Amino acid sequence: MRREPPQTIGDYAPLLFPAAMLTIFFVVPFGTMIAVSFFQRQQGGFYTPAFVYDNYARFLSAFFGGVLGFSLMMAIAVAICCIVLALPFTYMLTRMARNVQVVWLVALLSVLSLSEVIIGFAWSTLFSRTAGITNILVALGLMGEAKALTPSFAAVLTGMVYQAFPYTVLVLFPALVRLDPTLTEAARTLGASPLKAFFTVVVPALRNTIVATLIMVFIFALGSYLLPQLLGRPQHWTLSVLITDQAIYQSNMPFAAAMAVFLVLVTLGLVALTVIAGRKGEAA
Amino acid sequence: MSGLALQNVVKEFGSFTAVNNVELTVPHGTFVCMLGPSGCGKTTLLRMIAGLDLPTGGAIHLDGEDITRVPTHKRNLGMVFQSLALFPHLTVGENIAYPLRIRNAPKEDQKRRVEELLSMIHLSGYADRPVSKLSGGQRQRVAIARALAISPKLFLLDEPLSALDAKLREAMQVELRQLQQKLGITTIVVTHDQREAMTMADTVVVMNGGEIRQAASPIEIYRRPADSFVADFIGQTNLIEAEADSVGHVSVLGQPVPGLALLPGAAKATLSIRPEDVHLTAPGAGAISGTVTFVRDLGGTIETFVDVAGRQIVAVSTPRERPDVTVGQQVGVALTPDVCVVLRK
Amino acid sequence: MTSIFRKFYFFLIALFLALPLIVVAGVSINEKQTLAFPPQGFSTSWYGEIFLNPEWRNALMASITLAVLSAALAVAIALPLAWFLWRRVAPWANIFQLLGVAPFTLPPVITALGLLTFWATAGFYGQPWTAVVSHAIFFVTLPLVTLSLGFTSIDRSLVEAASTMGADERTVFRTVVLPLILPYIVSGYAFAFVLSLNEYIVAYMTVGFTMETLPIKIFNALRYGYTPTMASVTILFVTTAAVIFGLVARFGDLPKLLGAMSSDGK
Repeated sequence: MRREPPQTIGDYAPLLFPAAMLTIFFVVPFGTMIAVSFFQRQQGGFYTPAFVYDNYARFLSAFFGGVLGFSLMMAIAVAICCIVLALPFTYMLTRMARNVQVVWLVALLSVLSLSEVIIGFAWSTLFSRTAGITNILVALGLMGEAKALTPSFAAVLTGMVYQAFPYTVLVLFPALVRLDPTLTEAARTLGASPLKAFFTVVVPALRNTIVATLIMVFIFALGSYLLPQLLGRPQHWTLSVLITDQAIYQSNMPFAAAMAVFLVLVTLGLVALTVIAGRKGEAA
Repeated sequence: MSGLALQNVVKEFGSFTAVNNVELTVPHGTFVCMLGPSGCGKTTLLRMIAGLDLPTGGAIHLDGEDITRVPTHKRNLGMVFQSLALFPHLTVGENIAYPLRIRNAPKEDQKRRVEELLSMIHLSGYADRPVSKLSGGQRQRVAIARALAISPKLFLLDEPLSALDAKLREAMQVELRQLQQKLGITTIVVTHDQREAMTMADTVVVMNGGEIRQAASPIEIYRRPADSFVADFIGQTNLIEAEADSVGHVSVLGQPVPGLALLPGAAKATLSIRPEDVHLTAPGAGAISGTVTFVRDLGGTIETFVDVAGRQIVAVSTPRERPDVTVGQQVGVALTPDVCVVLRK
Repeated sequence: MTSIFRKFYFFLIALFLALPLIVVAGVSINEKQTLAFPPQGFSTSWYGEIFLNPEWRNALMASITLAVLSAALAVAIALPLAWFLWRRVAPWANIFQLLGVAPFTLPPVITALGLLTFWATAGFYGQPWTAVVSHAIFFVTLPLVTLSLGFTSIDRSLVEAASTMGADERTVFRTVVLPLILPYIVSGYAFAFVLSLNEYIVAYMTVGFTMETLPIKIFNALRYGYTPTMASVTILFVTTAAVIFGLVARFGDLPKLLGAMSSDGK
């Protein structure tokens, strides 16, 4: 079958429903959100139409600067932890027997699909005083008495890495499957140990993939909206948490919308960076 | 007229002309092989006959009816694809029954016809197997049977045997030709394998650069190629430049060859001499002379390489008539009119 | 990598992934309503609670209904789009592919907030069906990606072969394309279903004040104190996800679905 441009109006028919749905329920809402970001907040209600920059002006403060800085730092930390953990894991996974791969993929997908609520609940239980991991340490005699490990920065980081790890593996998986196995074999015949072959051949060959994955995981981590709230203190809250908080609990939708627009701009900027990095990689 | 007729068929993809002004008549019941290097336009031509591509100019007639714009599914064709295109979700029997099923043929008729075709391709009892469980040759036969299920007016095959190993391919060529003769169906095969074309075809159509260079019987193509491309493409040949002076005396590679004539009015021409026609003699005596540079003895045949003024000429002979020459020896190469095909420059 | 190192590394990763779930599973079988691990006593009553307590049961039903409908709608949006992009040359139509992937790529809060402002402005805020549409848009990426992958794996000459044998466009779709794309429809549906079942923020922002899905219920329960039912629901969810993805793997080619194009890739 040769792909042809649509010849008649009828050929466009299949596009009608998807295009309408995506336009009405994604493009329009997105536009609405941008519009609302310029509206004025109405006490007790949603908002009143206006055209003010107040909502944007408001986060030009030290507080929101701090939140933004923390969000970015948190997301970078999560992305780096995930890559460091996932790269060797995924590499070894792709070299394993197919049925072993499938079992791991099912497990990873199951964890990935878990609600942030559930991940937050599970880790807060694991880090709790009464049912947490410290009880095991006490039972082993390694600790005097059980204590709570939340709220803390480490708890937030652990929870977010847990959430993003399966995603990282699944992003890396296709690139690593396609990696020519003879590359490492060649390195081995040239005298490199398996570990050395991994760092001198696999890692450099995947440089662009690693950069792209880093950015994707970074964006993924930026989206975490509950874990900082469930596992951390208020100073660990990220922009996503703050947006949720403003929209739902403070009922300040215009301000939430302004922050969301800002978050989109940051995200899009990073996606553009990924694309440019990819192009550069192709040219090289 | 009964059969297929292509009139000034043109296919352009943007600024690229894939098929240029093709004229061809295929009488009912003949077996045609379209032969040429990759990119010569033969597959595009076949796809236009099938209706999978539409010509940008010209017309295609089948049994006197203009089918140029008739959609593929209304042409009543049978086609075998290079990839075979067997439906992976259907069994062997369901694949063969497919064209009957979508025409809503009665179930019993479908079943009977499938049995018939399976026995024709020597695969009786395979109806319920998944196609993935078949060997390459068996898949090939199923694809052929499926294409013939409705007894089509036209049987088209696009590089049908290219996926098979050499031995099986040769056997299938014979089988396909015998099947075609039994059914008397108009058949067009696209191939880049000249041996395949020589084995099966009534008419070989040699294409290059989107144009038909020659359309004739295999032996005619071999014996009397229309131009140096055809001569070189079909089998092995020696192509040598020849010149004629103002009174018609011909010289080849700077040596006079009495008794040879070029085309009237032409000062230059290319001679095509098949290696098996090259006759080695003693130097002089109506022959151009050269030096033996290498002898390749393949057991069944012996190839002798002769250097004549920097040009290499290959002679092939059987062990029975092995030339008595050694490397470095001066020999004569006889260029008699009966073995030289004179081609226009 | 030496084999011992690899085993140890995989063991640590497995432990990391499983540990929170093991603790939750342990907590879920506590006899009393206490948060304790190792569990004290043994009881499966907290699993029964999901189905017997009307609040949890309603939340479960709401979640299942939402997931069933929104996954179906997501497939209904993705299938014609993916088919069109595969069948036709229309470069500008790729914009819809982009739109289909965007909701899932952007931070979820953004899609959620966009839909919240939209439904509020349109005057439908809080109506249950808005959650179905919202989830369908949010998760349309999953069937879209699996179906696009599925279509690229269909040999186009199969379609040509069918048409040479007399099948028109509609018949080709029914007899060739649909049977071949079906596994990808099923897995796309499965992905969207499982993720919708677990989704919190979009559901919360669109219908959170009028309706409780299970994740919303867990979150609300979390804020007002602890009940072991949260733990049993968590285990139920993990098990459901594992079973569904296990089935996808059993009847489909999971590595291929996840982007490892050739099954002989290794």
